[in-house]
Amino acid sequence: MTATTTEQAAPQASAPTQLTMAGALNAALRDAMAADDRVVVYGEDVGPLGGVFRVTDGLQAQFGEDRIWDSPLAESGIIGTAIGMAMYGMRPVVEMQFDAFSYPAFEQMVSHVAKMRNRTKGRMSLPMVVRIPCAGAIGGVEHHSDSSEAYWTATPGLTVVMPSNPADAYSMLREAIDGDDPVVFMEPKSRYWSKAPVALPVTTAPMDRAVVVREGTDVTLLAYGPTVRTALESADAAAAEGLSIEVVDLRSLSPFDDETVGASVRKTSRAAVIHEAAQFGGYGAEVAARVTERNFHHLAAPVLRITGFDIPFPSPKLEEFHLPTPDRVLAALDTWEWDD
Amino acid sequence: MSLNVEHQSVRTLPSEKPIRLLDNAGHAVHGAAAGGFELPELDTLLELYRRMVIARRFDVQVTALTRQGRLATYPSAYGQEACEIGAISAIEARDWFFPTYRDSIALLTRGIEPGDILQSFRGDWHNGYDQHAHRTASQATPLATQALHAVGLAHAARLRQDPIVTMTYLGDGATSEGDAHEAFNFAAVWQTPTVFLVQNNQFAISVPLSRQTRAATLADKAVGYGMPGYHVDGNDVAAVYAVTRAAVERARAGGGPTLIEGLTYRIEAHTNSDDPTRYRLARDVEHWKRRDPIERLEKYLVSEGALSESMRAEITDAAESVAAHTRDLMTVEAEIDPLELFDHVYARPRAALLEQRARLEAELADAAIHAAQPGAAQPAGAAR
Ligand SMILES: Cc1ncc(C[n+]2csc(CCOP(=O)(O)OP(=O)(O)O)c2C)c(N)n1
Repeated sequence: MTATTTEQAAPQASAPTQLTMAGALNAALRDAMAADDRVVVYGEDVGPLGGVFRVTDGLQAQFGEDRIWDSPLAESGIIGTAIGMAMYGMRPVVEMQFDAFSYPAFEQMVSHVAKMRNRTKGRMSLPMVVRIPCAGAIGGVEHHSDSSEAYWTATPGLTVVMPSNPADAYSMLREAIDGDDPVVFMEPKSRYWSKAPVALPVTTAPMDRAVVVREGTDVTLLAYGPTVRTALESADAAAAEGLSIEVVDLRSLSPFDDETVGASVRKTSRAAVIHEAAQFGGYGAEVAARVTERNFHHLAAPVLRITGFDIPFPSPKLEEFHLPTPDRVLAALDTWEWDD
Repeated sequence: MSLNVEHQSVRTLPSEKPIRLLDNAGHAVHGAAAGGFELPELDTLLELYRRMVIARRFDVQVTALTRQGRLATYPSAYGQEACEIGAISAIEARDWFFPTYRDSIALLTRGIEPGDILQSFRGDWHNGYDQHAHRTASQATPLATQALHAVGLAHAARLRQDPIVTMTYLGDGATSEGDAHEAFNFAAVWQTPTVFLVQNNQFAISVPLSRQTRAATLADKAVGYGMPGYHVDGNDVAAVYAVTRAAVERARAGGGPTLIEGLTYRIEAHTNSDDPTRYRLARDVEHWKRRDPIERLEKYLVSEGALSESMRAEITDAAESVAAHTRDLMTVEAEIDPLELFDHVYARPRAALLEQRARLEAELADAAIHAAQPGAAQPAGAAR
């Protein structure tokens, strides 16, 4: 079995077409599997069904059951066997069906996936990608809308990323699969069906970089995954009130791009972070602390967090009360003392 | 080729009496009690004997060094040599082994250097040997987790059509963990070439088997997954070797996984920090000491005229030299480099880790300056 390089098998660049994030992820998996036959895909219902979100649609028909198959229903088993496969030189890309169902695999993730490289002084790396559909706003019942990023980002050895749009989804997934570090690849479910014009194959900014997605001068909104849209909507609404908001899409949660974020914050001197997860002990606490530590003398006000409440993720009819909205973002910004 | 083959499920229950090829007096066992297995050749038994003697001497030496404070901890396998050595001797260099913390002597048999085996117990680093070079995974501490790695690696090897087998050891307590179930099930569904050896040493730290399971034998569990299960006298190295060897051959030929339970006993404490008098009777320990796996084979080899005095002396010498080598290694202070802490977390360098590395480097330099100035001894952390 020989691995071909990405260049050799790279498909012809196409003209921009309207692509959903799910479609972009599907294309990324297809291209990665075609480019490198060490890439295998498995998980629950990823075969003939194509995944409950259809991200693996059509892949089994194209690549066969030795490249992509339905595993038994066992998350620890999926991650644990992927470790063994990666040890043998494969590049498994496995799917956790929903965020909250990754918890049975917590031990394998934290004790082994994250630590293997370190334990072996770099002699054994685990090139694998764990795809986790995450977060809410799709009307899911209990256990289908969690934001588990803080668990993973608190774990040294894991790389944790979350795209917010189809182009990034494609580019970041290809990069995650090609890299030698294990990557937790979080996919915001509420963004699966949102479309953008993309010409594949597309290469966006490197996976570990944050990107300024809207320029502004007064406030930096730090967002990722599903809340990037919230931030952009907030910026639109604020513009109507004469407030200029810069929006940074973090993209990579671990590592954190201090440089891009710091540059933006020093420019605007005010920052707020937005996420769906609960506030207490959440990822936003890390963001606020880092931004403050590194930019205190440039800050005109404390870094704010606009997050979900500190409650288990609510039922579908109640989730709208929990999720951060542009109104809440703007209300939060109003709590700062402004000079003018 | 698709690996998605239809297969026959296995419904035969393992025997309730453990399979045995040599009884406690060192006599060969024939008929039903041998479960259809043959006593291995004398040459093989002699080699197993040699490996067990060396393994025990190593184990005793390391336990002593641990008592002297040379190692942070050491889980002994004294009394379990037949399981530890019999099973590992049934796989080949090309096969992969997935051990637990208890299985250091199996690593020794696998040809790994004593210093490399003990590096983690001494506290220098989490793992001391090259996993690829020895085709041996790190000793796993979280129970049963490594069994899944063994299954995954076996499946990857099958996808590549490499005829290798994976073997993993688990304790009796570990069979209660969810990962043991998931590993057995994945292996059976995927028909991976994997041999699971459960070393039933009858205790999980202080908890006896009766509080771990209601199954008549741990080998019974195999039936529910649709794979063969064998209940073996774990103090009979001939039986452990013969049964695992057959399982390895079946696995290599595409016959799928096997679950083998070796019924044995842990003579030493769980680790050096354990007090076994709180949970078991001296009488029971004595009972099991009289079923010693090495003595049993020795009796047989002597009765067959296969173990001469000169051979015995040569084996003792070999064991002593492994012990002496181990002592020498553990009495030398290890060289450690604190800055290496940051070097192996990610393949791709991380700015934040490079910053933290620079901070520690500065602290160390400060501490070195203070250490060089008489009367200014300060802990590194206080040097600002
Ligand atoms: C997941 C997990 N839980 C708890 C422990 C702590 N622990 C270490 S050894 C042990 C007992 C294991 O018993 P067994 O599987 O029978 O193996 P043995 O030590 O007897 O070889 C326990 C509870 C652990 N290592 N991993």
